[in-house]
Amino acid sequence: MKRALLALALLLAAPASAVLPDEMLKDAAQEQRARAISKDLRCVVCQNQSIDDSDAPLARDLRLLVREQIALGKSDAEVRDYVVARYGNFVLLKPPVEADTLLLWAGPFAVLLLGALGLVLWRRRAPAAEAAPLTEAERAELDRLS
Amino acid sequence: MLAEIGHFALILALLVAAAQAVLPMLGAARGDAALMAFGRSAAGLQALLISIAFAALMILFGQADFSVALVANHSALSQPLPYRLAATWGNHEGSMLLWVLVLAIYGAGIARFGDNLRATLQARILAIQAMISVAFLAFALFTSNPFARLSPAPLDGAELNPLLQDPGLVFHPPLLYLGYVGFSVTFSFAVAALMEGRADPAWARWMRPWVLAAWVPLTCGITLGSFWAYYELGWGGWWFWDPVENASFMPWLLGTALLHSAIVTEKRGALAGWTILLAILAFSLSLIGTFLVRSGILTSVHAFAVDPERGVFILAMIIGATGTALGLFAMRAPQMKSGALFGSVSRESGLTINNLILMALTAVVFLGTFYPVIMEAVNPANKISVGPPYYNLVFAPLSVPLLLLVTVGPMLAWKRDDAGTVGRKLLVPAAFAVALFAGLSLWLGLDKASSAFGLALGAWLILGAGLVLARRWWGAGGFSWRLVRTTPAATVGLALAHAGIGVTTAGISAMSGFAAEKILVMRPGETAEAGPLAVTMLGAEEVDGPNYRALRARFAVRQGGGESSLVSERRLYSVSGNQTTEAGIGVSIAGNQYVAIGDVQSDARGQGLVVRIYWHPLVGWIWFGGLLMAMGGAASLADRRFRIGAPQVRAPLARGLVPAE
Amino acid sequence: MKRLIFILPIIAFAGLAAFLGFGLTQDPKELPSQLIDRPLPEFALPGIADEPGGGPGLSSASFRGEPRLLNVWASWCAACPQEHPVLERIAAEGFPVYGIAWKDKPEDSRAFLARYGNPYAGMGSDFPGRTAIDLGVTGAPETFVVDRHGRVRFKQIGPISPEVWEQQIRPLMQQLRAEA
Repeated sequence: MKRALLALALLLAAPASAVLPDEMLKDAAQEQRARAISKDLRCVVCQNQSIDDSDAPLARDLRLLVREQIALGKSDAEVRDYVVARYGNFVLLKPPVEADTLLLWAGPFAVLLLGALGLVLWRRRAPAAEAAPLTEAERAELDRLS
Repeated sequence: MLAEIGHFALILALLVAAAQAVLPMLGAARGDAALMAFGRSAAGLQALLISIAFAALMILFGQADFSVALVANHSALSQPLPYRLAATWGNHEGSMLLWVLVLAIYGAGIARFGDNLRATLQARILAIQAMISVAFLAFALFTSNPFARLSPAPLDGAELNPLLQDPGLVFHPPLLYLGYVGFSVTFSFAVAALMEGRADPAWARWMRPWVLAAWVPLTCGITLGSFWAYYELGWGGWWFWDPVENASFMPWLLGTALLHSAIVTEKRGALAGWTILLAILAFSLSLIGTFLVRSGILTSVHAFAVDPERGVFILAMIIGATGTALGLFAMRAPQMKSGALFGSVSRESGLTINNLILMALTAVVFLGTFYPVIMEAVNPANKISVGPPYYNLVFAPLSVPLLLLVTVGPMLAWKRDDAGTVGRKLLVPAAFAVALFAGLSLWLGLDKASSAFGLALGAWLILGAGLVLARRWWGAGGFSWRLVRTTPAATVGLALAHAGIGVTTAGISAMSGFAAEKILVMRPGETAEAGPLAVTMLGAEEVDGPNYRALRARFAVRQGGGESSLVSERRLYSVSGNQTTEAGIGVSIAGNQYVAIGDVQSDARGQGLVVRIYWHPLVGWIWFGGLLMAMGGAASLADRRFRIGAPQVRAPLARGLVPAE
Repeated sequence: MKRLIFILPIIAFAGLAAFLGFGLTQDPKELPSQLIDRPLPEFALPGIADEPGGGPGLSSASFRGEPRLLNVWASWCAACPQEHPVLERIAAEGFPVYGIAWKDKPEDSRAFLARYGNPYAGMGSDFPGRTAIDLGVTGAPETFVVDRHGRVRFKQIGPISPEVWEQQIRPLMQQLRAEA
């Protein structure tokens, strides 16, 4: 496959990224699970990053903890519960679906549904009258603008 | 001396703005032509004064004058000149001055290019712009004075955060501000219309170029920001649903809705109330975004110096502006004339549904961003976070019906159309997209079906855009160059923009389904594989930069039949002690090769360097699509029909063709 | 009915403004503890002495019979030197203060105490940071108030200021002493 390769060695800044080789599990499937779970856990000492993305020491500790729990045979849900038991729901980047968060999960769909409902009702109720024709002054202005 | 001149110019500007806020409004109410004309002169003067102040600040930054506190805190002698200049807006106070500058320039623009407008409307718009200016100038002067002196002046400054010492800083904030602040014009239009009691087609036609004038730079700013994050942050992320990113995305979503809603109001006089509401909300979200970034109410990787006291001031401004506008809306909008009716299958109804879905998408981003704040008040014991998993689950599915609609819309006739007619027009793109989806799913595996769907959706959009042009260019007598030459710029704009969405969609789908990654310890001579890439480390050495020392590693990358070389550095900046990683990126149309080194580490075979290798398929398409969208907007802006007063040469349309708009 | 729709935006905005205003008074990074009124998580940590095994350390089992303060700190923590005089005052007033050195090399911890003083009745070293995770620690310093039954009753995030000691923690400790 021929591609126009612009090998721009774009040297542009970045902080070091997260998972280090010495943390990774030997078993590829387990490591996959660990990465997926890590992406859903918030780094509580960082500015809005997951523990998979952050290079803070606490993030690394939590990554190691997640892998330890997986190696012990815990399920994904059990690993998440373990961390939530210690830090609360704040540590979940996907908020739980519960009474408190109903507005969050249902809100957008409600907007859509209510809007659609409103449109349907508006169409039903609208009489067949056409818009009032332009007045002379408005027509002149529009001609001037066009 | 220069700092004092700048400060003085700013104070004068505040006084001029105060006069501009009051006198033209009085003039409009009384029909006094002189007072209304004053608005135009004042707008020009305000722009001039603030330009002087901004130029003064930039010169101070360029000269590295450390007797000014702001320069001392964000610049250093060793900092390269472009970043000394760009540091002018790389901080809270300077960026507020940029805000005010753009606001004033747009105001002067209304004065300069608004001669076709009703005098009363123009005067009211200028007065409202000035009110916003007064608020922001007061905020800048009283809480965030960029010209404060530092005594004794230090010999060298604290340098700008190395992450910001990058070309992105030169362009990203100014583009974003041209966008955010540009929506102040449409806001003023909306409020002025409410005051006058009417939002007629002339008003909408006049407003539309200003919507584009704000939308185009905002699109560029967001695209650039995403691109900057990609090469800046070390592992190929390009969007993080961070509160500050969301703060720029929400005005963009509503701005897109406003753009399309204004078309309906202009053509058919319908949806006027909705257009006004969208104009108010778009700018309100810009203001709320400013609030988010500077108040410390939410944590964010982008946070400026956070200060709850400044937050209170900004919140007061938001309550004043948005509260007044929405109050006027509640009172006046119900009485405004309702527009023409349209059938269930028509261009208008398509654009109405477009509005609705865009508002629902904005609601997703809004709820996700602000829910933690709401929860703090409602249930402090249950503190929650909302991150990418939420947005990916809710935003993506909601956007699918919208993306499907984008191709259908331009094929619909105004007022009344029929589903069968539209369906027949869309047979070719539909068949192609479905075939592509089926083919990709079978070839790449059913587990990649969602990515295959995304790619097919991208094709649907790109083909749909092509269809718009094809229907224009193949007239009754076949293909005609004359038809091509006389294509309205706005039609080209539509095609470019809609194709752009398709390109971006394809890029996002490829990245989410087919990206590859490898993280390991490497020594010179070793080779690692990630997806289609085979990467060999050639060697590593220490190098010196203008204001840093670095460890540089060189790599040879083989893919397909070709080979190229990439370089990655780990830098230590001398003044601040900050460390950054620079990635080596090999760009091509098919995707990017991405290599970044970390620190020294040991594995089973001994000591080496941590290396992260990524394959990012079609990632460039994400930003290229954004660029196409911006170009489409710019093309529409250039359309002669919008340059009010320009005579029109109408080429006769072939039978069966629907005018693009 | 029609008017109602037009009033909806401003009502929603009023609600939002109220939430935003309230939000300004809160710290988005402060995390309420999950441990309040729950037993102290189990731990058995080595000490920081300069000998194999670190010498006598700290275990959760010992938190019985008297209310205690458990202070999580580190030599690298910027606010800990500021808090230290307050801890010494607390110890001088007769309230037991125990410490966990979090992700700190024992020699660094010893140097810190030599420099600033040692108010601690006992010390454990949590270099791997696992105990801190069990405690839900997000930064140093943080202090837990544990009652005589080994239950956590209060968590102070950040350094204890004299005001916080006098107005919140000391009254609580006195109350816990009086409890059965």
